Amino acid sequence: MQIGVLAIQGGFSKHENSLRKLNVNPIEVKYEYQLNNCDGLIIPGGESTTISKLLNKYYLINPIKEFAKTKPIFGTCAGLILMSRNSNDSRVENLNIIDVEINRNGWGRQISSFSQMIKIGQNLNYEIEAIFIRAPKIFNIGEKVEVLAEINGEPVFVKQGIHFGATFHPELTEDITIHKLFIESIAV
Amino acid sequence: MKKGTLELKIGLAEMLKGGVIMDVTNQEQAKIAEDSGAVAVMALERIPADIRVEGGVSRMSAPELIQSIQNTVSIPVMAKCRIGHFAEAQILESLEVDFIDESEVLTPADEENHINKLDFKVPFVCGATNLGEALRRIGEGAALIRTKGEPGTGNVVEAVRHMRTITDQMSWVKSLRNEQLMSAGKELGAPVSLLKIVKETGKLPVPNFSAGGIATPADASLMMQLGAETIFVGSGIFKAEDPIRMAKAIVDSVTFFKDGKKLVQASTGLSEAMKGMEISSIPDDQRLAERGW
Repeated sequence: MQIGVLAIQGGFSKHENSLRKLNVNPIEVKYEYQLNNCDGLIIPGGESTTISKLLNKYYLINPIKEFAKTKPIFGTCAGLILMSRNSNDSRVENLNIIDVEINRNGWGRQISSFSQMIKIGQNLNYEIEAIFIRAPKIFNIGEKVEVLAEINGEPVFVKQGIHFGATFHPELTEDITIHKLFIESIAV
Repeated sequence: MKKGTLELKIGLAEMLKGGVIMDVTNQEQAKIAEDSGAVAVMALERIPADIRVEGGVSRMSAPELIQSIQNTVSIPVMAKCRIGHFAEAQILESLEVDFIDESEVLTPADEENHINKLDFKVPFVCGATNLGEALRRIGEGAALIRTKGEPGTGNVVEAVRHMRTITDQMSWVKSLRNEQLMSAGKELGAPVSLLKIVKETGKLPVPNFSAGGIATPADASLMMQLGAETIFVGSGIFKAEDPIRMAKAIVDSVTFFKDGKKLVQASTGLSEAMKGMEISSIPDDQRLAERGW
């Protein structure tokens, strides 16, 4: 299995580390043709305005939308902002892959960044440390979207069909539960 | 719920990787930086090239300037405090800037001690010219290191020297045996606990960016290829003849830093880069990289 990690800007190298721990070969994706070799794609955290502008400039928006029709994408933080239906900010062009709206920096500036133990899934019973960095908030969730984790009623990890999105950064901890969940969903 | 931990501080630095952080002095420049794809802006009153010309004591920017820039952009806003000036840092933390740069570009407030950055919830970035200096700053709690280079010169030679020195010294530490680490710590003036991490990983325990004299897309590509994970551009953008094109070109050259064709595109039609100056023309007492230790 080969998983692409969009390497336009942001925390892509940490995602590559998490994938290697699962014996999955990561491909740093900067060009359209590289998507052909990927069974799935991770869109990392970073600055959504920067990544969005570069995706636009280098004609990657439509190829990623096409990719999403048949293959799974997992977005973390800025990655989820890009995958959302709408992030209510003209500075970011949304890919409309997961039917949620996003409030960018919904938890505040860096001083409000936090980490917290969260439970994943209703029957899965995983508990992991989730790291939120200037994290977005999810709202107006579509019917097809399943909430896999929340904090005080705020959804932080969602799934729609084959796609996943998290407002936190599983790649920043040693725990590989979330990446494993994504990889196993592809293997099945 | 945990806040202000080193993990969270380094987490933000990780998110800034593969990008360009731009010095801005007003809202208009901040908007240009964000529109051009900057991952963060550094809010300051005068860019280093002007500080060099105008002289005088350089201090933390006024709160209203920082706030006006915070209100303009959605990307992280950084601000500088003087080396050792923890009261300026406290003010910047209360303003909720996303990163504090304890910077040699400003006039140092303490010639012996840097700020104890572990006391703060907001992350700090500090400059370094060699591995010992980088590890001393990390020992004080810095979550991000950048080369000092020689700011405001448009001359990349010092940034190259500092980056090469840091990476060469890391390779050397990696080759050492455990019993040699204490002696290496003595020689570099570095905490041995952090040298152990460098020996095991071959890298700094925090991200490693580059600043000081980067003025063209080619300069940015050079620093990325030498191991920088993100680029700070101070005077290089708003001292260029066409700042918008220069800003975008440097952003492109960082994402595609190994792609010759993209670098040609980024370098074409740029008008003049900032004029720049020979390092040897700067008197020793005006070299900013000498500030701090």
